[in-house]
Amino acid sequence: MSLNMFEGFKFKRKDTLLHRMDPRPKFLIALTIFLLSLIYVNVLVLLILLTVQVPLVYASKSMRRWFGSMRGGTILAAMIFFMNFLTGSTLVFSATMTLRFLVLVSAFSIFFMTTSPDDLGLALERIGLPYTLSFTFTTSVRLVPTIAIEAQTIVDAQRSRGLELDRGSVIERVRKYIPILIPLIVSAIRRSTELAEALESRGFGAVKHREPLATLRMKRSDWAAAITTTLVLVAGVYVQNTMPIPSFDTGIRIPLPWGP
Amino acid sequence: MIEVRGLCFAYDDVEVLHNIDLRISDGEFVAVMGENGAGKTTLIKHFNGLLKPSRGEVLIDGVSTRESTVANLSRVVGLVFQNPDHQLFSETVFEEVAFSLRNLGYPEETVRRRVRFILETLDLGGYAEESPLMLSGGERKRVALASVLVSEPKHIILDEPTIGQDYQQKERLRNFIVQMNSQGRTVVIVTHDVEFVVDCKPRVVLLSRGSILADGPYDSILSDRILVEKASLIPPQISILMSSLAGLGFNPKIIDLYQARSALEKRLCEYVSEHV
Repeated sequence: MSLNMFEGFKFKRKDTLLHRMDPRPKFLIALTIFLLSLIYVNVLVLLILLTVQVPLVYASKSMRRWFGSMRGGTILAAMIFFMNFLTGSTLVFSATMTLRFLVLVSAFSIFFMTTSPDDLGLALERIGLPYTLSFTFTTSVRLVPTIAIEAQTIVDAQRSRGLELDRGSVIERVRKYIPILIPLIVSAIRRSTELAEALESRGFGAVKHREPLATLRMKRSDWAAAITTTLVLVAGVYVQNTMPIPSFDTGIRIPLPWGP
Repeated sequence: MIEVRGLCFAYDDVEVLHNIDLRISDGEFVAVMGENGAGKTTLIKHFNGLLKPSRGEVLIDGVSTRESTVANLSRVVGLVFQNPDHQLFSETVFEEVAFSLRNLGYPEETVRRRVRFILETLDLGGYAEESPLMLSGGERKRVALASVLVSEPKHIILDEPTIGQDYQQKERLRNFIVQMNSQGRTVVIVTHDVEFVVDCKPRVVLLSRGSILADGPYDSILSDRILVEKASLIPPQISILMSSLAGLGFNPKIIDLYQARSALEKRLCEYVSEHV
């Protein structure tokens, strides 16, 4: 289990266009990529969706961490590919499903790498979410790297007791994750309970109406990004419904005894 | 023997251990001490192969950790982590303690015998059928200890074993560790607990900023105020007392309670015979 994947979802303050952008248009970009990747089952479109994100990563000066998250995602991506291919899907369809996963990982990796949890909380409050819920969400985001480090420590502790995660059949390997998952869940519950008690002890929730110190303001460039993204989404939906796009599916698949 | 040769280790690009050379003979008792972030835990994670050196090598009984798996090394090196919550998962304390023995392929009869023995030794006999997750912090710590010590590894590495233990449990733990050591097992503890170290009387390896600052008998290291302060530790209370009495002719290097008592008794007798 590598921590690199989680590094690709952790915010680091930098002075780039993407870091300065309001979180709302940024979320709209991630959401548009997410929706387009869902409505298109086409390897070419998904490849384009993945490729267009590379300049964004470059602009956010986070290429190394993005690679980390993509590398971490390759294990699951490989599982998705083989699960599809070995259960009768065509080679191209399996690749499409794999690409869809990588597109989603990439889109949200860029969003979380460039959006501070504070800005994210403010954005959630601006769209009407109660403070307690936005706080819960942003705290969860903040805790992801901590929990990733904890997961690594748990893996180390169990390996020190002779647990070999990379040996045995698929079912045996899955079962071997029980000694990892239970301490991780228990520890996360303990941590959240202690955090809740500590927050309440410091007066969390004592005031009904909160006045935020900082407020989000959309700049012209933010509006431009939001409008362009919306137009791309509308165009994407329109093209998908009206124009035929070649599927490139050659029909190569593994012959199964019970048919495709 | 645990042999560390020119060990350097870096997390990403940041080197946290610099050129460590260390030999721990079989049956030795060593305390690794130093400030937070000195590299103590990183060092001991090399002893069972969880971390592999960026440069240099670590040899366990002559075998490089690069050439062995963590599972194989866990037969001879038992590493107990600082936080027990990082390893407890079973339904009962018994199952939790039996976990490593079953991983190492011991017959069920041996598993039962060894688990019962270790539970009794660590005062956990009454909890065998309890959930380890429901125990108190100190009890969970002892379950974690038991679950590694049960396989009776040749080299025992304990990361902060005294955290969360009351005085009596610390004493029980000390006796147990000393007993394991007297049976010929190598014991390495990572700790900030200077009083515990004084009671155990081990060899002390003082780490600071990823390098070995000092290595020697506990009394010569812990009575050296400059060294101790460099490693962000406080001297043992007896050492502080004897240093403050140095002007009256007491030896400030005395660190042991019994030595301090006999020195005080001797001086008191001298005073009484002179003045009374």
